[in-house]
Amino acid sequence: MTMSSIDLTLQIWRQKNNDSLGHLETYPLTGINTDMSFLEMLDVLNEKLTRDGKDPVAFDHDCREGICGMCGAVVNGIAHGPERETTLCQLHMRNFRSGDTLVIEPFRSRAFPIRKDLMVDRSAFDRIIQSGGYVSVNTGGTPDANTILIPSATAELAMDAAACIGCGACVASCPNGAAMLFTSAKISQLCLLPQGQPERKQRALAMVETMDREGFGNCTNARECEAVCPKAISIRNIARLNREFLAASLFEG
Amino acid sequence: MKLDARIPSGDLAQKWDNHRFASKLVNPANRRKFTIIVVGTGLAGASASATLAEQGYNVKTFCIQDSPRRAHSIAAQGGINAAKNYQNDGDSVLRLFYDTIKGGDFRAREANVYRLAQVSGNIIDQCVAQGVPFAREYGGTLANRSFGGAQVSRTFYARGQTGQQLLLGAYGALSRQIHSGKVTMFNRREMMDLVVVDGRARGITVRNLMTGELESHAADAVVLATGGYGNVYFLSTNAMASNVTAAWRACKHGAGFANPCFVQIHPTCIPVHGDYQSKLTLMSESLRNDGRVWVPARQGDQRPPASIPEAERDYYLEQKYPSFGNLVPRDVASRNAKEQCDAGKGVGGTGLAVYLDFAEAIRRDGEATILKKYGNLFQMYEKITAANPLNEPMMIYPAVHYTMGGLWVDYDLMTTIPGLFALGECNFSDHGANRLGASALMQGLADGYFIIATSIAGYIGASSLQPVAVTAPAFDQSRKNVAERIHRLLRNSMQGPAGKVTVDEIHKQLGRLLWDNCGMARNKAGLESALEQLPAIRDQFWNDVYIPGNATDINQSLERAGRVADFLEFAEVMIRDALAREESCGCHLREESQTAENEAKRDDANYSHVSVWEYKGEGEPPVMHKEPLAFDNVTPSQRSYK
Repeated sequence: MTMSSIDLTLQIWRQKNNDSLGHLETYPLTGINTDMSFLEMLDVLNEKLTRDGKDPVAFDHDCREGICGMCGAVVNGIAHGPERETTLCQLHMRNFRSGDTLVIEPFRSRAFPIRKDLMVDRSAFDRIIQSGGYVSVNTGGTPDANTILIPSATAELAMDAAACIGCGACVASCPNGAAMLFTSAKISQLCLLPQGQPERKQRALAMVETMDREGFGNCTNARECEAVCPKAISIRNIARLNREFLAASLFEG
Repeated sequence: MKLDARIPSGDLAQKWDNHRFASKLVNPANRRKFTIIVVGTGLAGASASATLAEQGYNVKTFCIQDSPRRAHSIAAQGGINAAKNYQNDGDSVLRLFYDTIKGGDFRAREANVYRLAQVSGNIIDQCVAQGVPFAREYGGTLANRSFGGAQVSRTFYARGQTGQQLLLGAYGALSRQIHSGKVTMFNRREMMDLVVVDGRARGITVRNLMTGELESHAADAVVLATGGYGNVYFLSTNAMASNVTAAWRACKHGAGFANPCFVQIHPTCIPVHGDYQSKLTLMSESLRNDGRVWVPARQGDQRPPASIPEAERDYYLEQKYPSFGNLVPRDVASRNAKEQCDAGKGVGGTGLAVYLDFAEAIRRDGEATILKKYGNLFQMYEKITAANPLNEPMMIYPAVHYTMGGLWVDYDLMTTIPGLFALGECNFSDHGANRLGASALMQGLADGYFIIATSIAGYIGASSLQPVAVTAPAFDQSRKNVAERIHRLLRNSMQGPAGKVTVDEIHKQLGRLLWDNCGMARNKAGLESALEQLPAIRDQFWNDVYIPGNATDINQSLERAGRVADFLEFAEVMIRDALAREESCGCHLREESQTAENEAKRDDANYSHVSVWEYKGEGEPPVMHKEPLAFDNVTPSQRSYK
């Protein structure tokens, strides 16, 4: 850990709620320790704003170790900032240079209404999962775990997709505001595994329908989602979703 | 306060069966007449919500985050234990029970722990049926690893993201019930108060974090699954929003709080590097399977690790504990790291770190093998510290990680308030004075999937519950009390920040006080001094804290302030509990209670009990009650890892 300190100019999106107009506000911030995480830098700013009698910047965050998916903002045009495969909470200030200007905006999408400042409502993701992103088993009465044999490679492939943290960076980066990467990750995980077979077609149809209803756009292979995904979810999953959806539409009435 | 654990009769192995047989049931057609509130959507809360809804109850579920999928169970890395004995290495329900009781240093209830071991296998079956992508062998069977000092391989895992995958499984089951209309989900709500009517838990008051509105919700039973209170130390591995508020408010209504001083300090965390630090990051202790812990043999040796020859390194765990070596339990590893640093042998910029070295493992197994096992952890470490563990040893230091203490519950997981249940980390029941690795996930899911439904049916079946509406006076009063407290918190907000302190400044003060005096090692003088210093911090908070904004909007400073206000009250119970327990046990060393070799000395003659604290009102000291622990099936032994 080599400690050094940088000075930054922050331009942060401030918006009272979804009904008001927002604007970028400029805040100079000096003496930022480069070992800080991006969110710790925002903490420092908020302490300063509080002491100055100003309203701190609202932003979502919780685990601060890159797994809960609650944090996220667009930094200089890139969801979760410049480091690849990294959530905003795991982005460290050593990625920036003294004198940089950082433009910090919320994850924008028609389906993600802004609540305040950098905080958005991603409950549309929950509704996509609710429409079929699970295996319908009740608690109890399941067979011994080792009666379901799954090749290691299949389990790994399912795990690659299951690693999605539901942060919404894919939607924020997509020119069409599509939730295809998110939805396809869950559909892939379950269609690859034997447990997911009984509901395979119905799941694909229901989740895609919900995705459309929630106001997300469609995929045009811009691949922006894959580029910003903190968990490196591949767009191969989108191809798989398309195949699943097509097969389900053709053969499920 | 009456403490009746209501442990079922019969042999240890028969108790759970006997209990399920003796418990009342609720007819499936009648279940829809009852509403259950579940607060929290981690492993315990999500699995309980789904299971109760599947059985036909109406469930109202609340979470503090924007989605139930974000609860902090998601961050658990290493794995989940189960007595499947898939590896044919001598594991059994009895052995998992024994390891858990022994690991907890004989401060947990035999019956509860045995039941946990009994249902552990069902959890794995359930999760696999849900499509949780556990690691597999090439033949397609489930893979296991040995974890946290266990001498059998009983830990199931999904890369370093086991908690995430299990939580997403439970979240899927919960989502399915939301879709079916059996669960009504309330996101971004914080429980502010419990509502007790005629001596029974009948509802909650929550604050809508988006609008500031105080809402009342009534039910026939209330289930708290609100996690642990590690954030009382300010710095911990917990998520930022983890708090004690729900449990503490329940305590103020008469729920006993058990063993609040039992806090686990995890040995393999990334060291603190600055005042601005907001949280500590844990790395799975599976790292200790291949990493060797060492410090320079000479005090104050500032050379980079590569320049320190083998002969001048002190592999202190391997030397002190030849049979367990680097795999000693968490408390032993943490305490020894602190001892080395206190003796001036700590490394890194702050001197508050020890090395965890993979060089030998890399030489033995090759980089590829090591990366396959720990790649994501190495990546995480490098991201935070900008150092690559393939090239230089990691630096680690202990951090607050898990709280074994929690709301006192009986065998049914019911608190001392009838109709109020506590599940998962929020209760005290299974881990005694120290939790074994990969057992938190097991307990959360055991409570939620396989235990609470029996308890709820038993409670409802045996009680004649009158309908309660949110128009009842108790709900009005509760909202009024909560509103007044919020008003008090915002008292200074009109005057501006001049001469005032921020919420975080107070929280950091409290954290330092507890870390210094009520951490891994405690003594009477330190605890008494902490108890003396606490009221001044509390007064400063209530007099001088400045919270910007108001209560009718999104106000994250106000949210934090409410939690810190409760931590400030709760800390007193923690310190008093630590003072009263004049023995070393589990995770903590009471400095006055040591063996001749400076190891922890338990005192079974005087402290083989659960300490349960009763809240007595503002300004009154809490009162301690004891639940004696009986060991009929195991003989408490002094732990030795030498």
